[in-house]
Amino acid sequence: MSSGLRDIWVYLSASPLLHLTLTLLAYVLGDWLYERSGRLPLFNPVLIAVLVLVALLSITGTDYATYFEGAQFVHFLLGPATVALAVPLYRQFDKVRHSALALGVSLAAGSLTAMLTAVAVAAALGADRDTLISLAPKSVTAPVAMGITEKLGGLPSLTAVLVIMTGVLGAVLGSWIFSLLRIKDPRAQGFALGVTSHGIGTARALQLGELAGAFSALAMGLNALATALLLPLLYRLVS
Amino acid sequence: MVIRFLALLLLCQLAGESITLRLGLPVPGPVIGMVILFAGLMIKRGVPAALGQVSNSLLQHLSLLFVPAGVGVMLHAGKLADQWLAVVVALVVSAVATMAVTALVMSRLGRGTEAKP
Repeated sequence: MSSGLRDIWVYLSASPLLHLTLTLLAYVLGDWLYERSGRLPLFNPVLIAVLVLVALLSITGTDYATYFEGAQFVHFLLGPATVALAVPLYRQFDKVRHSALALGVSLAAGSLTAMLTAVAVAAALGADRDTLISLAPKSVTAPVAMGITEKLGGLPSLTAVLVIMTGVLGAVLGSWIFSLLRIKDPRAQGFALGVTSHGIGTARALQLGELAGAFSALAMGLNALATALLLPLLYRLVS
Repeated sequence: MVIRFLALLLLCQLAGESITLRLGLPVPGPVIGMVILFAGLMIKRGVPAALGQVSNSLLQHLSLLFVPAGVGVMLHAGKLADQWLAVVVALVVSAVATMAVTALVMSRLGRGTEAKP
C-alpha cells in the first residue's frame, strides 16, 4: 500500500462510516447471491454477510469492538423492527385468534424441545458448563436470550452468536423439513419458524406470506416469554 | 407522515424498556413495545397507511439487522474451535427437532380452526 492510500485507510477505519457501509454491502452481496441462486436456502443472506465480514475483519486485523462502532447503527434498528411486528400481527389477528389453543400447546412442545434437545446433545458430546448455559436459550430472540444467559451465569455474547446460528439454520432447513413432513399450513410453518428461529425465522416466514409472517412474529414473542419463565426453573431442577 | 410513525415505534420501544426495567420483567423492552403498539392498533381498529409503510420498510430486510450480532462469532473463535462438534451437532439436531415438533403439533391441532373467509 502506498503511503497516500495508507493515510486514507487509517482515517476511514477509525470512523464508523466504513464498517456501517461494509455491513450493508456484505448484506447486499448476500442478498444478490441468494436471488441469483434461485433463493436456495443455503445461500442465506445473513450467513453470507457474516462470513464475508469475518473474513474481511480478520484479513485487515480489525477487532470486533471497532467493527461494532459502525455496525451498531444497523444493530439498533432491531428494537423498532421488533415493535413494528405488531403490524402484520394485527392484520392477521382474526386468523391467530381462531387457533389459540393449538398455539399454546405447540408453543409448550416447541419451547421445551428447543431447550432440552440442545443441552442434552451438547452435554453428551462433552460441551462445558458455560457453553451449555449459553446454548439453552438459543431459539429465543437475541436480547432476551442474552438476558437469560446472564442471569444463569453463562456468556451472553456467546449466546448471541448461537442465537444467530440457530436462526440461520432454521431459515435454511425450514422449507426442507416442511416438505419432508408434508406440512402445507402456512400457520404451522410460520409458528414453527418463529419458535425455532426467532427473528431470522420470521424474516424467512414473511417471504412465505403475511399469514406465515404473523404467526412467526407471534411465536417469537411467545417463545421469548416461555423460555424466560421456564429455563430458570429447569436450571434449578437440574443443578 | 412517515417520521411521525417512526417516532411512534421508538416511543413504544421506550415505554417497553421502561416497563421491563421498572417491573424487573424477564421479557425484553421491544417485545413489550410490540404488545403496546398492538393494543393501540386494536383500539384504533386499523393500521394508518404511513405506519404500514414504515413497518414494511423495516421488516422487508429484517435479517440484515442480525448481521452485526452474527459477526460476534469472531469473539468466540477459540471456544468454538474447542467444542465445535458438540455445538454444531446440538444446534442442528435441536433446530430440526424443534421445527418438526412445533409444525406437527400445530398442524394437527390447527386443523379445522381456519378463520371463515
